Amino acid sequence: MSGSTINAKIRTSGRRPWMREHAISLAFLVPAAIWLLFIVIWPTINTVRLSLFNESATKFLGLTNYKTVFSTDTILTAFRNNVIWVLIFPFFVTFLGLIFAVLTERIRWATAFKALIVMPIVFSTTASALVWATIFDNSPQIGAVNAAVLTVSDWFNPPGAYPVSAAAGQTVADLVGSNAHAKKSSNSIVSISSARAGGTINIGLEDVSPTTLALLKAQDAVTPQPMSGAITGVVWRAFSPSDPTNKSDVLPGELGLPILHLSLVNSQGVSVATTTTTTSGQYKFSNVGTGSYFVEIVSSNFSSGFTGISWLGGGSITPVSGLGQTAQALLSVPLADMAMIITYLWIWAGFAMVLIGAGLASLNREVLEAARIDGAKEWQVFRRVTVPMLAPVLAVVLVTMIINVLKVFDIVLNMASGASVNATPTLAVEIYNDGFTGGIHSGVSSAIAVILFLLVLPAMIMNLKRIKGV
Amino acid sequence: MTTTAQTSDPTKRRHILRRMLPARGPSNIVLGIIAIVWLVPTVSLLVISLRPEAAFGVSGWWKALLDPSSLTFSNYRTLFGQGFVAGGLLDSLMTSIEITVPATLGVVLFSCFAGHSLVFGRWRGRDVVFLTVVALMVVPLQVALIPVVQLYRELGTLFGLNPFGTIPGVIIFHIAFGLPFGIFLMRNFMSGIPKDLLEAARMEGAGEWKVFYRIVLPLALPALASLAIFQFIWVWNDLLVALVFLGGNVHTPLTVFLYDQNHELQANYWIISTGAIVSVVVPLIVFFSFQRYFVRGVLAGAVK
Repeated sequence: MSGSTINAKIRTSGRRPWMREHAISLAFLVPAAIWLLFIVIWPTINTVRLSLFNESATKFLGLTNYKTVFSTDTILTAFRNNVIWVLIFPFFVTFLGLIFAVLTERIRWATAFKALIVMPIVFSTTASALVWATIFDNSPQIGAVNAAVLTVSDWFNPPGAYPVSAAAGQTVADLVGSNAHAKKSSNSIVSISSARAGGTINIGLEDVSPTTLALLKAQDAVTPQPMSGAITGVVWRAFSPSDPTNKSDVLPGELGLPILHLSLVNSQGVSVATTTTTTSGQYKFSNVGTGSYFVEIVSSNFSSGFTGISWLGGGSITPVSGLGQTAQALLSVPLADMAMIITYLWIWAGFAMVLIGAGLASLNREVLEAARIDGAKEWQVFRRVTVPMLAPVLAVVLVTMIINVLKVFDIVLNMASGASVNATPTLAVEIYNDGFTGGIHSGVSSAIAVILFLLVLPAMIMNLKRIKGV
Repeated sequence: MTTTAQTSDPTKRRHILRRMLPARGPSNIVLGIIAIVWLVPTVSLLVISLRPEAAFGVSGWWKALLDPSSLTFSNYRTLFGQGFVAGGLLDSLMTSIEITVPATLGVVLFSCFAGHSLVFGRWRGRDVVFLTVVALMVVPLQVALIPVVQLYRELGTLFGLNPFGTIPGVIIFHIAFGLPFGIFLMRNFMSGIPKDLLEAARMEGAGEWKVFYRIVLPLALPALASLAIFQFIWVWNDLLVALVFLGGNVHTPLTVFLYDQNHELQANYWIISTGAIVSVVVPLIVFFSFQRYFVRGVLAGAVK
C-alpha cells in the first residue's frame, strides 16, 4: 500500500521514471531466477520426459520404465526400505527430540547438553556413517556394541578352553579327526570304548590348535596307571610329526589337553560324575560303581561363546525363509536398516530437540502451572497438556523428517557393505546406482526420481498451504 | 480460580512451589547418560585416529583410554606429510574449500538480491515467485541430476566449456539447490525491515543499489549469517553432488575422499578415521563460533 503511494509520488514528481525502478528491482531477481530455471525447474521437468525414454534418451518408450521399476526386485527392495525408514525414523527422532527438549528444561547444564546433541548435525553424514560402521563392527575388538554384548554374554555363556568357531567353518568333528578312540555326539565327544572300575580310557584328539595348548601351558601327555575302583586315562593331542600315522598310542612329545571338562556316562547315557584333566591331560574318576562307563568330553569345552552380531550384514529381523524373492524384497526387515536408523537418530535428534525446544519455550506456562496446581501429576501434565499444545511443532518435525528420510542416501551408501549392499538400498541410492554407476543411464533412474518427487509432493503442498495461510 | 484460593495458604504455597520445580536429580542422571552415549562415536573416532595404525582390529579403541600414552599423532603426520598429492587428504581438504566457499558466497549473494527484490520490489507477481520458491524447497536434488549433466555436456558442445567433471560444475549445482531455502530465509527476514527506512533513503535520491547495500544488507546481517553457516555446512558435507558431477576428477572433496577410501580402496581405517576428523573439524569450528546463528537457521529452515 505504502509502496503504491510512493510509486504515485515518484511518478508524479517525475524524479524517477517508474519503469526504471521497476526494471532495477526486477533485475535483482535475475541471477537467482536464471539459476532456478536452468538448474532446478527445467531439469525437473526434463526428468519427467527422460523417464519416458530409453537409457540413452534416444527412443520413446512410454511407461515401460515405470513397469521396470515395479517389477525389479532391487528397486522393490528400495521401496520397502524407504517404507521402513519413513515408518520408523520420523517417529523415533521426534520422540527423542521431545524427551530431550523436556528434560533439558530441568538441568543447569542445558546449553552444554544441547550443543553436544546438536553437534552431529554439522558432521558429514559420510563421516558419521563410517564411525558408526565401526561401532557396529562384527569383531568385539573393533565394534563397541558387540564388545558390550560380549561382556554381558560371557557371564551367561562363557567360552570354553577349546573354542570351535562355527563362523570359521570349524566343527567338533574336526577335533576328533580320523581317530579311533572317540566319536562326535551332538556337540560333545564320547569315547568309543567303555570301561569298568579299575579300567582305563585314553582319548586322542587330532586337530587341536597348538596355540591353544601353548596358551593353556600343556605338558607332555602321560598315560596313568590303572587304579582299583577308579576309571583313569589321558586325553591328548594324537599327532606326532615323527610318526604322523600312529594315532592310537601316546607318543613322546605329544601334549596332554589340560582343563578339559569330562563327564562319566553310564550305559543309559546318564552322566554320573564329572572331573577335569590335569596339565598333562590326565584324569581320574574315583569310586566308580558297578557297570561299564563311557567318558564324554562335554560340549562346554568347545563353546566359542559370543562371536559378534552381524549388525551390518545381510540378516533380517523378520523371518524370510520360505518366501519367494519378490516377497522377500517386500517383507523382510534388514537388521542393517536398524543400525542405519540408529545412526541417523544420533545425527538428527538434535534437530528435533532444537525445534521442539523452541516450541516448548513459546508455550503458555500458565496453562502448565494451572494443570499442576489442579493436582495433575508430572506425567499427566506432559501427556495431556504439553504434548497436545506442542502438536503443531511435532507435526513440523515429523514432516521435515519424512522428507529427509525419503531422500536418505549418504548413510546407506557408506554403511552398507557385503551382504547388506543388496538388502539396504533406498530410492535415492537406486537413482544413483541405476543412473550414474558405469556411465549415465537416464531411463529407469529418471522414473525412480519422478516417483520420489511425487512422494514429496504432499509435503510441498502442505508447505504452500502453511505459507499462504501466514 | 482455585489457584488464588490455594496459594493464599502459605504452607500450601510452598508445597506447590516445590512441585512446580520438577525433580532435577533423575533428569541430571538420565541426561548425563545420554550425553555420554552421544559423545561415544565422536570420541571413538578421535581415539582411533590417534592410535597407531597397527592397533586397529587388535584391541578395541576404548582400551587406549586406559593408556593415553599410547596415543600418537603419527597418522596425521603421515597423511599431512604427503602434501598436496592428488587424491590425498590435504588435496581433498583444499578441494572441499574450493567448492564450499564459492557455493556459499553465491547462494548468500543471490538470495540477498532476490529477497530484496521480493520484499521491496514493485513488480507484479512477487507472491507467485515466492510461492514457487517455497515449492522448490522440498524438490529432491536427485530429480535434477541427469538433466543437468546433459545440460553441462551441451554447454560443452556449444561453447567448448563443459562444467561436468569440474569443480565449477559442482558449485553451479550447489548454488541452485541452496537458493530456494536462501531466498525463503532472506525474504522472510527482510519483510521485518521497516519500509519507511527505504522510502526515506529513496526520497533522498538513493538508487536501488545504494538502498540495498547501505540499508537492507546491514540490517539483514543476522539472517545472512544463518544462511551462510547453513549453506557452508550443507555443501561441505555433501557427497552425492560431488560424486555425480566430479565424475572421474582426481581432485575430490573430503566426503568423496572418505567414500573412496572406504569403498574402492578398502583402506585401513586409520586413514578413514584421520580423514573423518579433519573433515569434521571445519564445520565444528563454524558451529561453535556461530552456534546462535546456526540454531536460528535450523528453526527457520524446518521445511527443507
